[in-house]
Amino acid sequence: MSSVHDWAAPNPVTTNRSGLIGKPVDRYEGPLKVTGTAPYAYEVQPPSPPAYGVMVGATIAAGRIADVDIAAAEASPGVLAVWTHRNVPSQPPRGAKAHPRSTAGSSPALENDRVSYFGQPVAFVVADTLENAVAASMLVNLTYEADAPDVDFAASLDAAGQPPGEQDVEIGNFEDGFAASGVKLDETWTTPIQNHCQMEPCASIAWWEGDVCVAHTSIQMVKPAQHGLAETLGIDRDAVHLMTRYIGGGFGGKGQTYDDLTLAALAARALKQPVKVAFTRQQMMHGTIHRPATVQRVRLGADKDGRLNAFSLMTWTHCHRSGSFTEHASNFARALYAAPNRLTGHRLVRLDLPHAGPMRAPGEASGTLSLECAMDELAEQLGLDPVDLRIRNEPPVDPENGRPFSQRQLVRCLREGAQLFGWERRTAKPGQVRDGRWLVGMGMAAAIRGNFLLPAKCSFSVDAEGVITVRQGMTDIGTGTYTVLAQIAAETLGVPLGKVVVEIGDSELPPAPGSGGQFGAATAGSAALAAGMNLRKALAELATGDPRSPLYGDDPELVTFQDGVIAIENKSETLAALVARAAPEGLTVEGDSRPAADMREWSTQTYGGHFCEVGVDPVTGEVRVRRMLGVFAAGRILNAKTAKSQLTGGMIWGIASALHEGNAVDPRHGSLLAQDLAQYLVTVQADVGELDAIMLDEVDDKANPMGIKGVGELGNSGAGAAVANAIYNACGVRVRDYPITPDKLLAGLIAKGL
Amino acid sequence: MKAFTYERASDARGAVEAVVNTPGARFIAGGTNLLDLMKLEIEQPQHLVDVSRLPIAGIEDTDEGGLRIGAMATNTRVASDSRVRARYRVLSQAIVSGASGQLRNKATTGGNLLQRTRCPYFYDTSKPCNKRRPGDGCAAIAGHIRESAILGASTACIAVHPSDMAVALVALDAEVETLSPAGHARRFPLMELHRLPGDTPHLETHLIPGELITAVVLPPPPPGGQQYRKARDRASYATAHASVAIAGGRIALGGLAHKPWRAVDAEAALADGASPAEAMARELKDAALRDENAFKVPLATRLVAATIAEAQAQAGAGRDA
Repeated sequence: MSSVHDWAAPNPVTTNRSGLIGKPVDRYEGPLKVTGTAPYAYEVQPPSPPAYGVMVGATIAAGRIADVDIAAAEASPGVLAVWTHRNVPSQPPRGAKAHPRSTAGSSPALENDRVSYFGQPVAFVVADTLENAVAASMLVNLTYEADAPDVDFAASLDAAGQPPGEQDVEIGNFEDGFAASGVKLDETWTTPIQNHCQMEPCASIAWWEGDVCVAHTSIQMVKPAQHGLAETLGIDRDAVHLMTRYIGGGFGGKGQTYDDLTLAALAARALKQPVKVAFTRQQMMHGTIHRPATVQRVRLGADKDGRLNAFSLMTWTHCHRSGSFTEHASNFARALYAAPNRLTGHRLVRLDLPHAGPMRAPGEASGTLSLECAMDELAEQLGLDPVDLRIRNEPPVDPENGRPFSQRQLVRCLREGAQLFGWERRTAKPGQVRDGRWLVGMGMAAAIRGNFLLPAKCSFSVDAEGVITVRQGMTDIGTGTYTVLAQIAAETLGVPLGKVVVEIGDSELPPAPGSGGQFGAATAGSAALAAGMNLRKALAELATGDPRSPLYGDDPELVTFQDGVIAIENKSETLAALVARAAPEGLTVEGDSRPAADMREWSTQTYGGHFCEVGVDPVTGEVRVRRMLGVFAAGRILNAKTAKSQLTGGMIWGIASALHEGNAVDPRHGSLLAQDLAQYLVTVQADVGELDAIMLDEVDDKANPMGIKGVGELGNSGAGAAVANAIYNACGVRVRDYPITPDKLLAGLIAKGL
Repeated sequence: MKAFTYERASDARGAVEAVVNTPGARFIAGGTNLLDLMKLEIEQPQHLVDVSRLPIAGIEDTDEGGLRIGAMATNTRVASDSRVRARYRVLSQAIVSGASGQLRNKATTGGNLLQRTRCPYFYDTSKPCNKRRPGDGCAAIAGHIRESAILGASTACIAVHPSDMAVALVALDAEVETLSPAGHARRFPLMELHRLPGDTPHLETHLIPGELITAVVLPPPPPGGQQYRKARDRASYATAHASVAIAGGRIALGGLAHKPWRAVDAEAALADGASPAEAMARELKDAALRDENAFKVPLATRLVAATIAEAQAQAGAGRDA
């Protein structure tokens, strides 16, 4: 096994001779995306005309399907198949694995007569056109025996227990420490269910080429999708060729497959023609996963100087009746502030609600909404500046496991952010600043998000024209994967970006874990660097071993790569000339990377500070973000443009969590109230004024060979709390029930006599 | 979506005849609301008569000193018309506070008036709704929604009318011109276009089947300032919790009822010297409140006071200029 110390050696990415690393390079697939010519799964052209599948969702939250009447649907024009649990082709039972090493088990669609959440796909119609399929789907007549659904999270907190395999984490003695603290805070926050609302809904198209199922789907992780589909179809894993070339947003909601993929593949097999299936926007809300609601109790005890003596964040949350997903809203707090007495943990209750699952910055996005507001409240109690309070509680090492930080520039993020934002102009007393009809206030919050590295592979090829092709079973969910892989390849092989081709999103390519947990760039990129290094070595040996090369007989270790030229001192030739002559069919090598054995001896996180200025209309309780700045430290930045876009996108999500997003459960039906993008509000352009993200210079050589870390989720950590704190500073009202909508804020404004 | 047939009308009379003579026929103009409803099968027309190309999209001065806005004038066109902006700014403000730029480019004046509620239970076809199926019941009444009416609601329906434009038009005392199935033109106050839900919430206007809105007529602008304010969850593309249109001494309220609500009692109280808060207390004295929508009372009251002040300041600024 390797050690992180091996990563300190210079490599082409860290040396960055041509300066491509970090450059704000335009998106590799940008022109395709903005001209609508990057085909999403549903738009992929199949070899023959496709049929169209439409799913039907259950209209109860719990119970069973008592009777099925599909006669009218079957008789509807153009209909090719109508399936329910009674006549769907048989599939292996849920979770079954014919191949022990499959990364996902069978996931049968239309599994049985049981209904365990509202909107669960319970019937499926295939027709010659989408319109005929939709029309027929409305004629499927299901009779239910409904049970009274258990869907009221707020009323179920007492029924919540420890998530499977987890225990509370206590350091010192929290209760005693809290009781002995001179200054105390004990408040509870609530956050609602959030839906991912990707621009591209989940969708799949499948057809069969002999015994091989070819499927294009919208997925963040290729291998589990391939394996899961193979297990569900009861075929060999190699008999599924799964592709996901272009994706319109994932946010964690496409970390798993759904019944669209299974049903497309099953129907394509049964009908012997390509079949495509997409969730409608309405179906997305229930039929895929969501970020569950939370209740979070924060207790802080400090001395008069603002040093935390006792600290606790306890989270209650919910998941599907059969699930175990836990929104770990308390975890991040274990690494954030110093305090001798600490208690964190989670309580989980299973409900008859759709499946909970990960959403951008799972845990942090929810948890910072409480803790980072609690810190603001504590600072006010103590008469301290909120920035200062955080700096006073900066831990020298990880406060729970004692490990050294690989890199931790939180304090610098806060200080530089404060300076750049003009934080000194903030008045500590709320409600003091007016601009026309607006009460104006500033708030800040810290950001933290873990950093991960997973095993991955990659291949690099070079052809006789000197073009480098990167191949990896990686995905680009809109984050910039194509682009940063091209940059790494170009910098490693010393070729211009125009000489790099990137092929990803295919189960037949060398596997990578995909996009999620902000591990994508580090994981996929490290494998790309390894493959690039192997190609350098192969080319150097090719040249120095080829009598016709000017480099013949020289030491391959001394070869340099720049501007498409391979050289040793003044002896050189172009890559294209070398390959055309010595390996006219081209050269392909693989590389892989894996976590170092000693990585976990360091606490490795990404950090940031958010600073926000809002206006509150005291007449209506409406809030607008006037300015927002995030300063982040997340290792070396591969691409200043795509990274900044990730960070500001996360910040906007934080604004949405503070002000707009949330879906309510109808307790009678177990359904979500907002079922389209007119009802489910996300932040829009007009809600946000100036928005900027700055990335500090940093290299984290304990993270991976490139010294980079992830940025995809960091921006969404803490951003909402900065907004909420700014609202308090503007008008003196604390709303601890997110989102902070005008009705809630207005009640507080009226209570204050405003 | 149910299969349907389609024709494009070339004149208003022909359009009306086509709708009257074809079972299950509906007019379609911009389609920004109707098509969404058809996809969900909330609306199931068998035949669509496209009126969007009818030559009734102009905006003309009237002899009385007002404006006649053709029913097919798009929301964008009306809001950006220089005469509207100069003399009926409340209308321009109201239109641009609704929907999104893309929708306003397609949506028409007539269609905007006839758009249907955004009540989430109206759109969730798995739940009962008296608008969708008369006599079905109302899932919203025992639901937990803020988007419900506090004025004029019934035991059959608590939905609100979503239009911003219509609120401004009511404040401006606009009239509607229509062509009836018998081929007769008629003209009546826009205030009388929409109905309260009563026990027939599926009937939303007093138009008779097949009657086509051909124009909205604005009288000369009233003396005094004009102002539109809308309170909502986000700054764009969200319906109003409450909205207020002020045009001279007239007040219209949005987001509170099944129709744009002319605040006649508040206007009278203000004319008698009452404060805006007192006037709104009188206007809202019969408001039927629920836990979730009770905030609309202080919201509308505060919004009216602020909007009156802004309209007066605007009128003052106009005189100074």
